[in-house]
Amino acid sequence: MAKDHVGGSEDYEALIEEVLKAYPAKSAKRRAKHLTVAKATEEEPDATTGIASKCDTQKSNIKSVPGVMTIRGCAYAGSKGVVWGPVKDMVHISHGPVGCGQYSWSQRRNYYIGKTGVDSFVTMQFTTDFQEKDIVFGGDKKLAKTIDEIEELFPLNNGVTIQSECPIGLIGDDIEAVAKQKNKEHGKTMVPVRCEGFRGVSQSLGHHIANDAVRDWVFDKEDSDAVKAYEPGQYDVNVIGDYNIGGDAWASRILLEEMGLNVVGNWSGDATLAEIERAPKAKLNLIHCYRSMNYICRHMEEKYGIEWMEYNFFGPSQIAASLRAIAAKFDETIQEKCEAVIAKYQPLVDAVIEKYRPRLEGKSVMLYVGGLRPRHVVTAYDDLGMVIAGTGYEFGHGDDYKRTGHYVKEGTLIYDDVTGYELEKFIEKIRPDLVGSGIKEKYPVQKMGIPFRQMHSWDYSGPYHGYDGFAIFARDMDMAINNPVWGLYDAPWKSAPEAIAAE
Amino acid sequence: MPQSADKVLDHAPLFQQPEYKEMLENKKVKYECGHPDEMVKEIGDWTKSWEYREKNLAREALTVNPAKACQPLGAVFAAAGYEKTMSFVHGSQGCVAYYRSHLSRHFKEPSSCVSSSMTEDAAVFGGLTNMVDGLANTKALYDPKMIAVSTTCMAEVIGDDLSSFIAQAKQKESVPADFDVPFAHTPAFVGSHVDGYDNMQKGILSHFWEKAERTVTGSINIIPGFDGFAVANIREMKRLLAEMGVEDYTVLSDVSDVYDTPSDGEFRMYDGGTTLEDAKAALNAKATVSLQEYCTPKTLEYCADKGQETTALHYPMGIQGTDEFLMTISKLTGKEIPESLRKERGRLVDAMADSQAWLHDKTFAIYGDPDFVYGMARFLLEMGAQPKHCLATNGGKKWAKKMEDLLATSPFGNGCQVWPQKDLWHMRSLLTTEPVDMLIGNSYGKYLERDTGTPLIRLMFPIFDRHHHHRFPTFGYQGAMTVLVKILDTIFDKLDDDTIIPGETDYSYDLTR
Repeated sequence: MAKDHVGGSEDYEALIEEVLKAYPAKSAKRRAKHLTVAKATEEEPDATTGIASKCDTQKSNIKSVPGVMTIRGCAYAGSKGVVWGPVKDMVHISHGPVGCGQYSWSQRRNYYIGKTGVDSFVTMQFTTDFQEKDIVFGGDKKLAKTIDEIEELFPLNNGVTIQSECPIGLIGDDIEAVAKQKNKEHGKTMVPVRCEGFRGVSQSLGHHIANDAVRDWVFDKEDSDAVKAYEPGQYDVNVIGDYNIGGDAWASRILLEEMGLNVVGNWSGDATLAEIERAPKAKLNLIHCYRSMNYICRHMEEKYGIEWMEYNFFGPSQIAASLRAIAAKFDETIQEKCEAVIAKYQPLVDAVIEKYRPRLEGKSVMLYVGGLRPRHVVTAYDDLGMVIAGTGYEFGHGDDYKRTGHYVKEGTLIYDDVTGYELEKFIEKIRPDLVGSGIKEKYPVQKMGIPFRQMHSWDYSGPYHGYDGFAIFARDMDMAINNPVWGLYDAPWKSAPEAIAAE
Repeated sequence: MPQSADKVLDHAPLFQQPEYKEMLENKKVKYECGHPDEMVKEIGDWTKSWEYREKNLAREALTVNPAKACQPLGAVFAAAGYEKTMSFVHGSQGCVAYYRSHLSRHFKEPSSCVSSSMTEDAAVFGGLTNMVDGLANTKALYDPKMIAVSTTCMAEVIGDDLSSFIAQAKQKESVPADFDVPFAHTPAFVGSHVDGYDNMQKGILSHFWEKAERTVTGSINIIPGFDGFAVANIREMKRLLAEMGVEDYTVLSDVSDVYDTPSDGEFRMYDGGTTLEDAKAALNAKATVSLQEYCTPKTLEYCADKGQETTALHYPMGIQGTDEFLMTISKLTGKEIPESLRKERGRLVDAMADSQAWLHDKTFAIYGDPDFVYGMARFLLEMGAQPKHCLATNGGKKWAKKMEDLLATSPFGNGCQVWPQKDLWHMRSLLTTEPVDMLIGNSYGKYLERDTGTPLIRLMFPIFDRHHHHRFPTFGYQGAMTVLVKILDTIFDKLDDDTIIPGETDYSYDLTR
């Protein structure tokens, strides 16, 4: 059936106007500031992507409008769910009522190697399961006892983090005092995190608070045996902001090691506490998810003089460019090996592109994700000949949108903290060939007959990072778009006459 | 190089390739500073001992891997079963993202719900503005016929008063004065999702019934309760009622359409559900039947206060559970149970008799919501199987007593232990010290299957890692057939797995079983 398509920047401006009409005046005014179209810019095109557009004209990182169905989460999700949760040898307590820990249990696919429940604890749900009396009388005693019980039943844990849920900050509990006391008693790292869900406007403040907790409760404490025993080397690097979703960090690490670097710490997918503690001794911080961990990189730069750089391991063009940029920070040995790594994987890249590009060329994509993905994955789609029609961030800041201008072309629709209503209308009118977003968006989009991939969890697939991951990425996009099911939506006895009339 | 374009390796085989195994071994040895392998082995074995079990069962503060969620999830589920109803959860916004994700992951369906997005300033000044603006936005954007308000724990801790806030929002014309905005306070630190279900049901019914006059009719109300299989179970229940010729009834909260919408090019935010007219008229029913007692204590009490006869069942599954449901309906409506259903019952009994040799004395651990555990245990007893551990994190002392009474009715209930308010880490100790043949629960049980080798049968919400099971009923005689087949398949698959080595064990790899 012919659809009422729109495309191109003028259409998009009109589309924005149209969706805003549905809101009451006050909210329309607020939402208008978050919706825009990438503009032309005087700036030089980005050296590796060759792209320059202006994407930072709208507001971001401000409160969501009540009642509109924002897709955002909360600070707890940013700390427990993203930053701390993947650290495998620590126990992360969801401190407060049962729900937060239950809904986030095992949902981010942070892969790790370890004996769960014995020396690793990532896919478990530890909670103080607050009851009414804990709200009324305070939860510090229960927390203290919880930590003691963890110590008794899970003796191989290397530390505990306390992930605060909403009530903690409202009832005046002193979790810092409990942490200090328990650190003394058990001699293990205790990290209280003030990531109550009402703080800030999204996951983003939770990332920041979690980063600060690393600084205050790990770095600023006495050196552990792991730190003391560690001999720094000239090729030591940390990978920061790779959560090893579906094995992403492993598919990245293999490339860095092949070019002669030592990945001392991977933050925080498959990480141990030792990898966090030793990080300040490395030569260079490589940051993938800038949004969630730039804070600690800046701190390490200021305090320990460690340089940091952003890189992008989505899609072969950016992987090669990033590998070279990383190698340029080191000597010729590394640079030579870097070229050898790129050359080694080139046949794989060629074969993947040869196989999948003809099946995906010219297909349009709309993205709505978080962290780095609304811009970083764009080039992986470019490598397959696919075109980005729109993109947006759940919890981006101005600096994210500024960087987005190096990835998307003028005329791309940009939506910040998009609402369920807006996203549905945009997709309905643009009718892209693929939408990449989250679980809450997946089924509404598929009902509309549009192929979809979850781009938070990789839709239970992955890794998508690195060369090995690119092959999986290309295969997944192909199977989403080219599955025959999308052709079966219309019952033949119903649609045929109307479709002819419409054309 | 392990990866290729011809045969793309997914994560499972990819990371088993030698390059990656070597890389991960190197990471472990050089950077992780983990405990020695022998120590991990020793502690791992210790966690499976009786000594550990005793320490584990003595826990007072720590909860590990609970089998329950918080109240608002149940409230959102209950509200979704009413016609064109949008759930509006007052409090922090992250919670709503969690409920929606949780429901979507189970049903593989859209789950729509909004938040009043309260932040730090609202924590200080209260969330009235969020309510006022929020209701107006929800009404304008999503065109609901009703907005059902519940609360996150943040709003509960600061003490926001929903009744007053909604009244003020209406005064400020957020929504018209006569627009339906029922509400329920659903503190996450009291009870679990089944209580949230109860509170929202009561909230909706009292919204419609409080000022209305009751004129008794012959109609009956049926409340299904929180149920991961609700889509198929409500349809199956309606089919049973149709077989009996019962037409004058109202399902209070019917989610069977909204969590099972077709793919035909249109996204239906709302579909089906109990009409608001029917919800209003439900006051006049002569009786209300709850299919799950522990999902409805307050609601049933309210119905009784209004003069209705009330009956509470425990997940009508299996022979006696279904018998009881049909006889309850028959008694209330005066309609006879038809021959067709007697034959259906007979077919289920026939299937159970055919397979009894494979089920007799097989041992089971069951966990889940209180009513499900009751209904499931009852069906196992009917089959000559032996429940050994019955656990409900959200089950209380009364539930435990009721379970013990049930177990006492059958010799197959001998030696079964009931575990109220315990979690799945307790269950791990139970399974390692007193093993059973099979475990019945939800997807979280897969970790128990991994750690203890007990085959898992998924019959409880949430099921994330298997698709579409919830589209087949577990209620009624037909549903029991599905449950029976799942159990039997698990037994036979295990038996085949255990006898599959050629020339070694395959003498027992029988063609006919």
